[in-house]
Amino acid sequence: MSLDLDDIDRAVLRELARDARQPASALGRKLGLSQPAAWRRIKRLEDANVISGRRVRLDATTLGFGVTVFLGVKLATKGRTSVADFERAITAIPEVQVVQHVLGAYDYRLRVVARDLSDFERVLRRRIMTLPGVGEVEANVLLTEEQRPGPLG
Amino acid sequence: MLDDTDRRLLRYLQSDPSASTAELADRAGVSPAVAWRRLDKLTEAGVLQGIEAVIDWRALGFGVEVSLRITLDKTQTNAFDEMISAAREVPEVIEIQTFLGRVDLRLNVLARDMAHYTQVYRDRILTLPHIQDIEQLMLVSMVKADEALPL
Repeated sequence: MSLDLDDIDRAVLRELARDARQPASALGRKLGLSQPAAWRRIKRLEDANVISGRRVRLDATTLGFGVTVFLGVKLATKGRTSVADFERAITAIPEVQVVQHVLGAYDYRLRVVARDLSDFERVLRRRIMTLPGVGEVEANVLLTEEQRPGPLG
Repeated sequence: MLDDTDRRLLRYLQSDPSASTAELADRAGVSPAVAWRRLDKLTEAGVLQGIEAVIDWRALGFGVEVSLRITLDKTQTNAFDEMISAAREVPEVIEIQTFLGRVDLRLNVLARDMAHYTQVYRDRILTLPHIQDIEQLMLVSMVKADEALPL
């Protein structure tokens, strides 16, 4: 089931994706809606689970995390238990921010944050490469990233 | 610059982004006034950049998400810049990243279904400039996505 959005809904989503904490009154003023109308729009999007949660945006570099690396991981052995074991172990590593199960040249895509390259090497060697079932691994260091409004734009 | 109180507040905020300042203060063991002042300072300093709503694209009918790993023809000067500005024009692209490594660039692409994806891939992606090689990883499931920093 997918929800039909009009231009105002898309504008509401774009605004909330930027700042989820703005009150319905402020959002309404920006988009030319009354406070109750803005509130109803937000409520409808939340009820349809279009907004699945909230995320805190922090400046990783200032907080001492200077390096973000994306890893493509291939599992050496594939079976239901090895996949479950790998997923449980990999999600428990605090430096691993994102774990995606993918279809293609790799089985998993990981986003790993570290203080610097030697810290990353430590996480990779001691925590990731030692996990059961890990086969080939490819690392790419993130230089820049940019979020786009996507189909909301 | 950051002390333990700051880190605690940010850690609790990351684990519950909807928590009120009073709740965060309570968990971090400080008064609401202190928590409010600290968070305000962290915002001023650009450490706390904001709290964003997470959009579930599947709920909007975009059931297909593909990560396109692209190698560029780097004999062309401006290959990166021209590629990135062209990719910005494709509405289905929700993320653009550049890398140091075997992959130069990654585009995260949404589509309604496989037919739509095929169309976007052929008409909008393969026509982007300076592509030397392209590899597709289709998202099967998101196992972990909190993107929290280990503070």
